[in-house]
Amino acid sequence: MIVERPRDLLIKKILAHGFLIAFIALIMFPFLVVVSISFREGNFTTGSLLPDRPTLEHWYLAFGIPFTRADGTVVQPPYDVLLWMFNSVKIGSIAAIGIVMVSTISAYAFSRVKFAGRAWLLDAMFIIQMFPTTLALVALFAIFDGLGAVSPILGIDSHWALILVYMYGVTLHIWTLKGYFDSIDPALDKAAQIDGATPWQTFRHVFLPLAVPMIAVVFVLAFIGIINDYPLASVLLRSEDNLTLAVGSRLYLNEFKYLWGDFAAAAILSGLPITVVFLLAQRYLVSGLSEGGVKG
Amino acid sequence: MTDIAAKAPPAAPSVGLAWLGRALVAGLTLLALYAVWVLYLTDQPLLAALVFASAAGFALVFSFKRFYATRFIFPGIVAILLFVAFPVIYTIYLGFTNYSSFNLLSLDRAQAVHLAARIVDDTTERPFALARDPAGYRVFLPEGDGGLLSDPVAIDGTPATVPTAPVTAAPADLLAIKDMLPLRDALALVEVTLPDGTLLKQSGLRTFAKTQPQYELQPDGRLVSTVDGAVLTPDNSRGFYVNEAGEAIPPGWRVEIGWKNFERIFTSEGIRAPMLSIFVWTLVFATLSVALTFALGLLLASVLQWPHLRFKPLYRLLLILPYSVPGFISILVFRGLFNQNFGEINLILEYLFGIAPTWNTDPWLAKTMILIVNIWLGYPYMMLLAMGFLQAVAEDHKKAAALEGAGTLRVFFTITLPQILPPFLPLLIASFAFNFNNIVLILLLTRGLPDIPGTVIPAGQTDILGSFTYRISFMDSGQQFGLAGAITLIIFLVVTLIAYANFIAMRRAANKGGN
Repeated sequence: MIVERPRDLLIKKILAHGFLIAFIALIMFPFLVVVSISFREGNFTTGSLLPDRPTLEHWYLAFGIPFTRADGTVVQPPYDVLLWMFNSVKIGSIAAIGIVMVSTISAYAFSRVKFAGRAWLLDAMFIIQMFPTTLALVALFAIFDGLGAVSPILGIDSHWALILVYMYGVTLHIWTLKGYFDSIDPALDKAAQIDGATPWQTFRHVFLPLAVPMIAVVFVLAFIGIINDYPLASVLLRSEDNLTLAVGSRLYLNEFKYLWGDFAAAAILSGLPITVVFLLAQRYLVSGLSEGGVKG
Repeated sequence: MTDIAAKAPPAAPSVGLAWLGRALVAGLTLLALYAVWVLYLTDQPLLAALVFASAAGFALVFSFKRFYATRFIFPGIVAILLFVAFPVIYTIYLGFTNYSSFNLLSLDRAQAVHLAARIVDDTTERPFALARDPAGYRVFLPEGDGGLLSDPVAIDGTPATVPTAPVTAAPADLLAIKDMLPLRDALALVEVTLPDGTLLKQSGLRTFAKTQPQYELQPDGRLVSTVDGAVLTPDNSRGFYVNEAGEAIPPGWRVEIGWKNFERIFTSEGIRAPMLSIFVWTLVFATLSVALTFALGLLLASVLQWPHLRFKPLYRLLLILPYSVPGFISILVFRGLFNQNFGEINLILEYLFGIAPTWNTDPWLAKTMILIVNIWLGYPYMMLLAMGFLQAVAEDHKKAAALEGAGTLRVFFTITLPQILPPFLPLLIASFAFNFNNIVLILLLTRGLPDIPGTVIPAGQTDILGSFTYRISFMDSGQQFGLAGAITLIIFLVVTLIAYANFIAMRRAANKGGN
């Protein structure tokens, strides 16, 4: 900050680095343990952090490949993790595309198109956006339980029903995108307007190309939000083959069938890609969230 | 911000395209109207009305040029109404009904269940066997050496009635019992007619018998038993058929019961006490989560912000790692690590200090565990936000204070904190609202366990309101959707209050920030 004596500065530096390193060691502990467990024999805690006799058994099983132990017994994979991953990615992508389409056009409308009741709607949206999905669980179950009688496609245990439900996410993302559209220079759409562009043409040819990076970020955010959902998916999905990763993973740590080692490998396998995507997108996430929240 | 004065496009591109557009609008409207019809048939009048309104709005908005500006906002509004507003309102409405596993059906379906109930006439019961036939199967009813053999029948799930004729010897290719098991459901739909005209149906695993409906429907809606003449009267205030003694005969149907669910919450001792304790814990959990993640995040951000610190990008990356791993995976990992019998945390604590805390059975330790996990999950978000806000604090203010002789802590609490708190407040409130309903954490980590002893409905020490509604609706206590709906109204009121507070805080922050 101002003038500091070199000795004090050194002590402060050591303290700061010491604190950060100690803290990070504490924070990283679960990750290290999980990696260690995934190479450890059996499904119960034994041995040290570095496995005595490392084995790839849990990893074979996570990839859905039966594993032959040294004594000749063949272990079958307990669950089809790759299928769950596929389900999650499928549901997440389709729903996120839907969310992006609806929220992009709505955010543009809220940012630039004049219509009656806009200010009022914006305020209402801000309040609605805070309602959690928990509030709708019972109704969603009741609705899709009834619809299932007409067509199983829209019933309980259908991916399409779940995809429809995830459209719940639009309000939050309308806010994020509106914040971004508000930051686009008004001179641009003025110019387009003077050249005779309709609001639709302004949106299609001016705003949409400009917003592509932000739309990509919203897509990733919506996607990750959906992948991380547990309550909705656990209520609307039933059969083991239909589960998403979040619902399925929990089966590993069932009180009666505790597969700690198998879970560790499956968790790393499924968590790693999402983590990487998130790390790439997180820069935009925080700016988007804080701007969306503060600017209004 | 400029507004485009929305006006109709000057001229349609071409007549053909305009007609195509109109056809599309008409087609989509018809599709929506079909959906309305289907919804109406499935006893969803509310949703049907909403979809109808959306369809009408869609046709109107996209057919007339004067609604041009509305077209942009229409999809968003419909999505919010259908996917957010309606489910929330409907859940709350269900709070005023007796919807539960006992009252799951509609009146029509409950009636149908009673009318489908059949009584077996024991005197006509006789064994049967199935014989394979090129055209499906034949039902064989043995009698002495021979018996009665039916015409071929498919047994593929379609109801069928087939006549039988006497034969002198049993058919050759009879199915074993284990081969008949897969056909059981389809076989229940098959009736055979004896030569004297009696209808027989399957009455047991190996028997056919004459069956008759247990109840007959009276014109006034009552059901009269064909056996003993007992009368069942539909009671629309309770949602059950009741017999003369006033006892309810399941299955019941869904009826509105007014404030009864709320009466249960506020007056029934076995529910009120756990509800109160859950409500308090929800508030404590959300408050502590926000306060602790905020404090930790701010501390880390301040350290990272220090100009003399090296390797900042590396520290930052490692520090936000907990935030970037999918939450459900981290929570499940902690569930395993904290397992009090074979979790790694107790293994280490046992080795170092000789203690093994009972994380899963002691309420206070379970709550501590939840907070530890939630801080681990939540501090990176606060840290990232704090780093953004800290940058906005003017360096000269801090320097001036330091020149006056203020220490680092004093500068932080008198200069930095007051400057970042107002813009931070809306985000803190939002975080509070999030944690107030953080049911993913509770469901994946503890499922609300350990249970509170002596409650009418299962309630956990670590349950928050949201996980409690999930639990009584979908887990172990009989799908009490009505009661869950009533609790949802309470959550709704609290969330609305928080949301409104957030709204005010945001307004203030925006005004101060000069935006």
